[in-house]
Amino acid sequence: MAKKQTPIGTEFMKGLWDQNPVLKALLGLCPTLAVTTSAMNGVGMGVATTFVLVCASLLISLVRKAIPTQVRIASFIVVIATFVTIVDLEMKALFPAMSKSLGAFIPLIVVNCLILGRQEAFASKNNPFRSIVDAVGMGLGFTLTLTVLGAVRELLGNRTMFGFQVLPDAFEPWIVMILPAGAFLTLGFMLGAVNTITHRREQAAIATRRAASLTVKEA
Amino acid sequence: MELFGIFITATLINNFVLAQFLGICPFVGVSGKLSSATSMGMATTFVMVMATLVTYLIQHLILEPLGLGFLQTVAFILVIASLVQFVEMVIKKVSTPLYRALGIFLPLITTNCAIMGLCLFAVMKDYSFLQSLIYALGAGAGFTLAIVLMAGIREELELADVPRALQGAGITMVVAGIMALGFMGFAGMKF
Repeated sequence: MAKKQTPIGTEFMKGLWDQNPVLKALLGLCPTLAVTTSAMNGVGMGVATTFVLVCASLLISLVRKAIPTQVRIASFIVVIATFVTIVDLEMKALFPAMSKSLGAFIPLIVVNCLILGRQEAFASKNNPFRSIVDAVGMGLGFTLTLTVLGAVRELLGNRTMFGFQVLPDAFEPWIVMILPAGAFLTLGFMLGAVNTITHRREQAAIATRRAASLTVKEA
Repeated sequence: MELFGIFITATLINNFVLAQFLGICPFVGVSGKLSSATSMGMATTFVMVMATLVTYLIQHLILEPLGLGFLQTVAFILVIASLVQFVEMVIKKVSTPLYRALGIFLPLITTNCAIMGLCLFAVMKDYSFLQSLIYALGAGAGFTLAIVLMAGIREELELADVPRALQGAGITMVVAGIMALGFMGFAGMKF
C-alpha cells in the first residue's frame, strides 16, 4: 500500500465539522427534523444511529473484498437492516419510554442515507480500524447536531433543557418550535450560522495568506 | 366517507413531508425545477402504492402467520429495493417516454424514507387492504403536492435577494418551515 493516508485524527475530526453529515452534507435530514422535539430525543436517536453506523461499518469493511460490486448496495442494506432490528428490539426492552417517543423512526434508521453513504464512500474501501474511527466521528457529529437542534427547540418551545426548567415562567413558550414548522426554521438558521462561520474562516485564511505574502515582498 | 377521511388526512393534515418529516431528501434535492419535481412526485406515488400493497400481503400472509414479526424491517426494505428495481425494468421495457421522465428518479426512491415509513405506518395503524391502498394514494398525493409547491417557490427564489448565509439549503429550510406553518391550518379539519 503505497497510497498516502490521511492521519487517523483527521479522519475522526472531519465528521464533527468539516464533513458534518447533517450541517455540511445534508444527509439524514428526516430523523434530524422529526425526533428533535427535545434534547433527550436527539441524544437517543443519535446514539441509536451511531451504534448502527459503527457496527455496519465494521462488518462491511471486514467483508468488503468478498462482496461483488454489482450487489453491494443490496448487501449493505441487509447488514444495516439487521443491526437496526437489533437496536429496535433492544430499545423496546431497555428504554420503553424512549422507544415509544421515537416511534417508527427507529426502524426508519435503515433508510438513513448517512449510514448507506458512509458504507459506500468509506467502509467498503478502508480497513476495519479506519472505518470504525470514521463511523464514530460521523456518529458523534450526527449526535451533537441532533442534541443542539433538540436543545434549542426544547428551550424555546417548552422552557426546559433535558427535562429541567431553565427559562422562568414569565417566558411565554414558543409553541411553534416544538411543532414541525419550528424544526425546519431552526435547522435553516443553523445552516445559515454554519455557512457564516465557514465563510468568515475562509476570509480570515485568505487575509493571513495575503499578509504573509506582503511581508515577504517587503523584506 | 371513512376512506375519503384517510385520503385527506394523509394528503393535507398529516402531510408526509411537512408534518411527518418523511422524504425530506428528495424534497430538498429534487425540488430545483418544476418539471423534475412533478416527475419525482409521480414516480414516488407509483412506488408508494405498489410497495404498500406488496408489504401488506407480506405482513399479513407471511410474517404474522409464521410469527416472524421481528423480521419486518429486513423484509420490508428488501421488498422495496427489489420492487423499485423491478418497476424500473418494466417501465424501461413498456414505455420509453415514461422511462425517460421517471427513470433517473427510480433508484433514488429506494432510500426515500417516505416509502418505508408509509409501509410501517399502514401496518401499525392496522389498516385493511383497501384502506392501505387509499392511504398510499393520499400519501403520494401529499408528497407530490409538497414537492411541486416547493419547486414553484424555488424557481421564483432564483430571482430573490437571499442573504448570503442562507443561500442554498438554508433558505429552502426556512421556506419549508413557512409551508409547514401553512399546512398547520389543516390540523383543525376533522373526519
